[in-house]
Amino acid sequence: MEFIFDLLTPYGITENTFQNMLIAAILGISIYITLYAGLFSLANAGFMATGAYVSVILTTRYEWDFLLAVGAGIIAAGLISAIISVPVLRLSDIYLAIATIGFGEILVVLLRNFDRIYELIVNKEETITGGATGIKGIPVITTTEYLLLYLGIVVFLMVRLHRSRFGRALVAIRQDNKVAANMGINVVYYQNMAFILGAMIAGGAGALHGHLNRIILPENYGFDRAVDILTFAVLGGTTTIIGPIVGGFIIAYLPEILRRTDLVGLLGDIFGTDLGRYQANVRDMTVGMILLGVIVFLPQGIASPAMWRRVANRIWNLFNPAEKSDA
Amino acid sequence: MLELREVTKNYGGLRSLDSVNLHAEAEMITGLIGPNGAGKTTMINCISGLDHPTSGEIIFDGHSIERTPAHRITGYGLARTYQNIRLFNQMSVLENLIVAQHSDGRATLVEALFFLPSHLREYRQQRERAFELLERFHLMNVKDAPAGSLPYGDQRRLEMARALATNPKMILLDEPTAGMNPIETHELGEHILQMKEDGLTILVIEHDMSLISQVCDEVYVLNFGVIIANDTVENIKQNEEVIVAYLGRED
Repeated sequence: MEFIFDLLTPYGITENTFQNMLIAAILGISIYITLYAGLFSLANAGFMATGAYVSVILTTRYEWDFLLAVGAGIIAAGLISAIISVPVLRLSDIYLAIATIGFGEILVVLLRNFDRIYELIVNKEETITGGATGIKGIPVITTTEYLLLYLGIVVFLMVRLHRSRFGRALVAIRQDNKVAANMGINVVYYQNMAFILGAMIAGGAGALHGHLNRIILPENYGFDRAVDILTFAVLGGTTTIIGPIVGGFIIAYLPEILRRTDLVGLLGDIFGTDLGRYQANVRDMTVGMILLGVIVFLPQGIASPAMWRRVANRIWNLFNPAEKSDA
Repeated sequence: MLELREVTKNYGGLRSLDSVNLHAEAEMITGLIGPNGAGKTTMINCISGLDHPTSGEIIFDGHSIERTPAHRITGYGLARTYQNIRLFNQMSVLENLIVAQHSDGRATLVEALFFLPSHLREYRQQRERAFELLERFHLMNVKDAPAGSLPYGDQRRLEMARALATNPKMILLDEPTAGMNPIETHELGEHILQMKEDGLTILVIEHDMSLISQVCDEVYVLNFGVIIANDTVENIKQNEEVIVAYLGRED
């Protein structure tokens, strides 16, 4: 590992940045699978919170083994998604998106007030989720190797899914769910399974993320995070598994790019003021502008194979002007 | 094979089907004709489970299916095509035929994950069956093309091949010749007769009387949601009420 970072650090990819990139890629895949099944769900930030809180409470309070706790976080996210899928998946399109945002917000409020609710029920004061200040002093157990391993497992799962009866059913549902039903596919069942699978992937990412930064807060898993996760998939593209990975990598790496190019300083010079305080806002605005550009000019995402094939063709034609190809 | 008893379908205040009785005999070709807006597609949607009748019974092969979800009806052996072609456009022709064999498959995600032989065997079988259908419907040379990129006639034939891939006992054809010229229509008729030879029961909805004459053993006429006639093709052509429904009355 060490020598890799010796190579990458000059480009601003420290181990910490790289870990954030990996987490982002995994989260991107977690929403990719639901989009794959034709579901526009923004619940994955909530499932990430579930995985994070469950696993962290298990390792810190009950001294569980780390991997067992991660597994428990994944299962907890799966269970919660199975429960909420019953009412929520009756909706589709933008209504589903709104309902899942609602779920995320409820979960954040619940985490913030969990200890008080616990006190009301059991009549005993105790710090479990730590309210708005979160859980502090979490041991840093997650390593880059764990993240790479988890990403590897998730990618393998997706690649195999793509080539399975299950995956083909999901593609059929996304293209035309009525016809899919007439082909003998149980649409409700397969959409539920995709939703749960996405939740479990996000839950695992949350569990690993929880043991990375010594502290977890309810705010980490709110609306902003839900939108971030969607951004990974949209930026990279949702036609192949490469898309959400590339999207996650780019957005998690973006703050470093901004720091290196000193975009904030540049903008400050243009407007004649010091914008140093607005580092985060500039980042958000830049992401917003890049996203806008991608949606308008590359609706298939940055990692769209069709687009790159066209680009390659054009470059090829540039150097071989004699052979006219009408690609 | 298929029986509709007093099937009624209301959309709000509009009665789209009114106490429809219909019987499609096994291994026969039954035709359903009627002017635009007569309720033909509503009827096919009710039979195939995309919609459910307000009242009445639909019995298919011994199963009562008026409330059954669409995917189960397909499992019982009922397949359909659509008036305006509805292929999985972004999938290849071959994939369209493989995904249609979903009901016959058993393989789960776990089997796919670990490359279990059962998964590989099932996939090989499905591919073989898909190739048979490609051969039969003259689609072999376009098997890897996206279904949406095919010319119209090929899309029509692919839709029929895809319906057959679900391994049905009965097939509902919703205006299969829409947009075809007389030669293509006749060729399609031959395909339909071949399916009857193979032991399939067929219900065909049509406007084109030449196809109806070519293939149907029995014809039902639907007008404003009511069955107004049920007879052989020859007799239907003479039927006063049917002529009025189609051409209007002369004052």
